[in-house]
Amino acid sequence: MEYRFDDKVRYTKTHEWVRVEGAEAVIGISDYAQNKLSDVVFVDLPAEGKAVKKETACMVIESVKAAEEVFAPVSGTVSARNEKLAKGPELVNRDPFGEGWLFRVRLSDPKEADSLMDAASYRKLVETL
Amino acid sequence: MSFIPNTDADRARMLQAIGVSSTRDLFHDVPEAFRFPRLDLPPALSEQEILSELDQLSRQNADCAARPCFLGAGAYNHFIPAVVDFVVSRSEFATAYTPYQPEISQGTLQAIFEYQSMIARLTGMDVSNASHYDGATATAEAVIMALSVFQRQRSRVVLSAGLHPQYRAVVRTYTQGMGLTFAGDDAISRPPEDLASLCDKNTACVVIQNPDFLGRIAPPAVMKAIAAAVHACGALLVVVANPVSLGLLVPPGEAGADVVAGEGQALGNHLSFGGPSLGFFAFRRDQIRRSSGRIAGETRDRDGRTGYVFTLSTREQHIRREKATSNICTNQSLNALAAAAYMTALGPGGLRQVAELCWHKAHYLADRIRKLPGFTVHAGEFFHEFAVSCPRPVAKINEMLFEKHGIVGGYDLGRDYPELKDAVLLCCTETNTKAQIDELVDALGGSRHG
Repeated sequence: MEYRFDDKVRYTKTHEWVRVEGAEAVIGISDYAQNKLSDVVFVDLPAEGKAVKKETACMVIESVKAAEEVFAPVSGTVSARNEKLAKGPELVNRDPFGEGWLFRVRLSDPKEADSLMDAASYRKLVETL
Repeated sequence: MSFIPNTDADRARMLQAIGVSSTRDLFHDVPEAFRFPRLDLPPALSEQEILSELDQLSRQNADCAARPCFLGAGAYNHFIPAVVDFVVSRSEFATAYTPYQPEISQGTLQAIFEYQSMIARLTGMDVSNASHYDGATATAEAVIMALSVFQRQRSRVVLSAGLHPQYRAVVRTYTQGMGLTFAGDDAISRPPEDLASLCDKNTACVVIQNPDFLGRIAPPAVMKAIAAAVHACGALLVVVANPVSLGLLVPPGEAGADVVAGEGQALGNHLSFGGPSLGFFAFRRDQIRRSSGRIAGETRDRDGRTGYVFTLSTREQHIRREKATSNICTNQSLNALAAAAYMTALGPGGLRQVAELCWHKAHYLADRIRKLPGFTVHAGEFFHEFAVSCPRPVAKINEMLFEKHGIVGGYDLGRDYPELKDAVLLCCTETNTKAQIDELVDALGGSRHG
C-alpha cells in the first residue's frame, strides 16, 4: 500500500501531523491514519479555547468502523477549528494534509514540535507496520 | 437441570489453583454468625395451597382497577386498550433480546423505529432515541448530553423547582463527582420565567417541567421567551413533558426546546407498583452525536427493500468506551412497544380526546373543591393535576378517604416542599368517573368532622 506523506509537517507515533506557522500550528491526521480508519463519518472537534496537552486525547474521529481518539501532537490552546468537517467529514479521507486539517492551536512552546518525526522517519515507521 | 457447567473435578482443580481446600473457605471473611444462617421457613406448601395464599395476599392491594384513584405525581392511571397488552405479550416481542443482529430482528427494530417516529412527532423534535429506563433517568441523560455538548467546559445546571423532586434527586446522583453547581430549585414559588435570569455563560442547560410537578402549565409564549433567554446564554433548554398532555398542548419542540424528555408510562404502560417504566428522550438533529441511548434507523438493503438497523452506534459505550456521552447501551423495548401500540391504537385524535377528558375531569374536580370551605385550589392554569391547600394534614385526609370510602387520595406535597405543608396534589384521568369525583368531593366536605 502506497501512502502519501507531506514533507512540510512533523509526525507523531500515533499518526497525527502538525505544521508550525509562527506562534500557531495546524493539526491533522496522516494519510496512513485516514486509510486505516476508512470512511470518516463524523469529526468531533475540540471547542475553541480548549487547552490541549501533548500526547493527550483531545478529540474523536468516527469512521464507519471505529471511533478513534486524536492525541494532541503539541500543547496549546485551540484557536480555530475546521468547521467544513461538520458537513464534509470525508475531507479527512480525501485530503488529510490539506482541506482535511482538524484544528489550529496557539502553541505553548513553539519549539515543542521540533522533537517530532520528520516525513522520512515517519515513512520508516509506517513501513514497519 | 443444572445450568452450572463446572463438574466437581473442575471445581477441585480451581480450588487447588487458588490454594483453598473447599468452597466454604472462600467465605471466611464473612463473620461466622452470618455465614450459613438457619432460615426459619414454614413447611413447604403444595402448588394449590401456595396459589391460594398468594391470592389472599394480593387481595390486600389497593389496585386502581377496583378503586377510585386521584394519585398522580408522575405515574398515571390511564385506560389501556386490550390491543396494547396483546401486542406486547406476543412471544416475538416478549422473548426477544437485544437486536444486535438486524437480519434476525427486523420486527423489533421496526417497532422501535415506529416508537421513535411517534415520540418525535408528539414532542415536535427531529430525533428520538429508543428510550431510557424512566422519566428521571431520561432527564439525567438530557443534562449529561448538555454537558457533553459543551465538552464539559460549562458546569452549571439550572433546574426548575417544578421539576419532579425525584428527577432532581436522580440528576444530582447521576452527575455527582462532575463538579457541577445547581441553581433554580430552591423555591417552588419562583416563576419559570425567572429561571432564564439564572442562566449565565457557564450554564450548560436549563431544565423545566411543563406541565410542572404541580400540574401547572407554562403557556407557549412564556416557554418561547424562556427558550430565547436560555439560547442567548448559549445554553440548552431541556423540557420535561407529560406525553399525554401533548395531545392537547403545543409541542415543546415548537416552543424552542433542545431536548424533550420525560416519563412515558402514561402511554399504554400499567402502573405495576412503580415499574418497569419508560423514559422518552427526543432532541434536535444537530445534537445527534451527543445524544444518549440507542437509535433505530430505516435503511435500504442492496435490493432496495426497506430494512431497520441500530444506527450511529459509534456514539455508544460498547464502542466508544469511557469517552461515550452516556453509559446507557440499553432501552426499555417492551415498554416502548406498549407506548407505540397505545399511540397507534388511539391515533392523534384519540390522544387528544384522552388529554381533553383528563383536562375536563380535573377542572370539574377543582371547581367543586373551590366551593368547599377550608380548601384552597392553587392559582394558575393546569392540565390534569392541581395543588390544594387543606384544613388538615394530608396524611389524615388520605387515611379517612381510604378507610371510610375506599378512595386512593392525592400526593402529599409537604413531603417534598416544606412551604406546601398540608397541600395535596390531586389528579384526574379519563378513568375517573363523575360519580367518583363527586364521591371524593363529598368525602372531603365531610372531612372536617371526620
